[in-house]
Amino acid sequence: MSDESVPTPGTDEFVKGLWRENPVFVQVLGMCPALAVSNTARNALAMGLATLFVLVGSNLVVSSLRHFVPRQVRIATYILVIATFVTVVDYAIQAISLDLHKALGAFISLIVVNCLILGRAEAFASRNHVGTALLDALGMGTGFVLALLSLGAVREILGSGSLFGVPLFHEGFQGWVVMILPAGGFFTLAGWLLLFNWLRERRATRLAALEPVGATGGGR
Amino acid sequence: MSAAPPGEQPRVWPMYRAMVGVGLMCGLLIVGVFQWTGPRIARNRAEALERAIFQVLPAARSSTTFRLVDGERFEPRGEGDAADSLVHAGYDAEGELVGLALEGRGMGYQDVIHVLFGYAFADETVVGIRVLESRETPGLGDRIETDPGFLANFDALDVRLDESGSALAHAIEPVKPGEKTEAWQVDGITGATISSVAIANILDQSAAFWIPRIRARLDDFRGAQP
Amino acid sequence: MSGEPLWAIFVNASLINNFVLAYFLGLCPFLGVSGKLATASRMGGAVTFVMLVSSVCAFGIQRALVAIDAPYLRLISFIAVIASTVQLVEMFVKKVSPELFRQLGIFLPLITTNCAILGLALFQTNKGYDFVECLVYALGAGAGFTLALVLMAGLREKLELASLPDVVRGAALSLVLAGILSITFMGFAGLGS
Repeated sequence: MSDESVPTPGTDEFVKGLWRENPVFVQVLGMCPALAVSNTARNALAMGLATLFVLVGSNLVVSSLRHFVPRQVRIATYILVIATFVTVVDYAIQAISLDLHKALGAFISLIVVNCLILGRAEAFASRNHVGTALLDALGMGTGFVLALLSLGAVREILGSGSLFGVPLFHEGFQGWVVMILPAGGFFTLAGWLLLFNWLRERRATRLAALEPVGATGGGR
Repeated sequence: MSAAPPGEQPRVWPMYRAMVGVGLMCGLLIVGVFQWTGPRIARNRAEALERAIFQVLPAARSSTTFRLVDGERFEPRGEGDAADSLVHAGYDAEGELVGLALEGRGMGYQDVIHVLFGYAFADETVVGIRVLESRETPGLGDRIETDPGFLANFDALDVRLDESGSALAHAIEPVKPGEKTEAWQVDGITGATISSVAIANILDQSAAFWIPRIRARLDDFRGAQP
Repeated sequence: MSGEPLWAIFVNASLINNFVLAYFLGLCPFLGVSGKLATASRMGGAVTFVMLVSSVCAFGIQRALVAIDAPYLRLISFIAVIASTVQLVEMFVKKVSPELFRQLGIFLPLITTNCAILGLALFQTNKGYDFVECLVYALGAGAGFTLALVLMAGLREKLELASLPDVVRGAALSLVLAGILSITFMGFAGLGS
């Protein structure tokens, strides 16, 4: 996993997080916030952006300090850096909107233990240049935002008949209460995972049909 | 220090250096952000509290927060006092005391419900309620916040004291939906029985604690309008 | 301090607001470890133990931070102390009872990054519990976590034998199961009032 010589490394580092290695739908990481605060699209977007900020910040710091921090204390310093950025985000959200802070609650602080962030710091940022690490963080973070947004949008549309607080249906619409409840989070994520599994499987069979000699370029 | 020989001893120094360096940097960043956002957050909090107070005490135009001292006296809250045992006095445009916003909390259907309610001291009634915090079931239990019929219970809920002045004349009493006949009863919500009963009980407990103490010391509030 | 009776705190933490099924805390081990019944119950025990220890630590830290008036250090100190507590517990158990260590050993590092532990520390602080209430809350949360884990493991052991298309195997199926369990647990609501 060291420096690969991809022809256009920049775009690939960014794009892979969006779809092929999407943190939530493909790697199934960081589900705790993904489910807990995705009952409306607005909360989901705020949570995604907060995570994106922490991810970019910590990836930048970890990557620029990669020659400075000895191996033995690596994880400890990473946690320290991540916790710092999360505290910063926590105060920033409180300053922007108390209502939003109340809606997200303790889950802002819980970004610290989002396996996605520590995972990217350890697996990618600590071995790559600052620029590459930045692109990776932006890609993964955006992928996370998109995933949260698609969860939140589905749950809000079905659960309360609105999107970002704007009503979509006529007056008499009865929301599916279950979608706003915790159970709805599990079901929606399961649905998206199924869709992704199915797409991947279809692609794999197609590739196999196209190149019977051995598909080297298949997705992971 | 880049030329550290690969031994056991010399490797300790970079570890300390890294930990202390990163720790220092993080500490500075956090304190900096805290100092920078602190005033803004305090202002947001104060505004949110004031909005809630004005909602439950519609006649109020300004407010001051008091705390209970030694279980009997009230003093304006100083900086950094503990957050429990607080009441918020509301004043009208002339600076006359119109009532107090009181807090109450108790177990609802899902989790603890935290409410703020307005007590108008002239006619001794509850005149408004606002749920500050609840995790009641969306669509069912959370109608305690939105149901107009339920909220109408708290337009003029009777909380007079008895002759001794140490207890409510009539405890706030939850009744079945549509069976409210007395001014101290609270109509429940069909489909959200436990949540609406919980609200009535929270109000009863909080009112029974605060109102006798407040009426005994009304002058504490009158002298201190902003 | 919060005015709730202790049994209500316990029921609230373990059943009504189950950490896994209502707050989504500790999903990683929930989906990763809950394949086998025996492993699941041991993991639950380990988590309950660490929860108790870190709940006490978090209570102490919160008091100290209030005393020195530095709320902004809360998150950093919580995570640092929880991480080092788990390390200490690991060393202690290794020294005192190698047998127990062999049973719990592999789980302890996993627990450090378990959001349920940090979540517990944050929630008990937000709710303003006193010392005894914190202990009961931690015990309840641990019991609830174990219960969810064991139920899930039981279901998945049965499902191993069912014939299913490949697409639904894995995380997606576990999530649907968790959703159904979560609905079931909603039936406990109202017990605490």
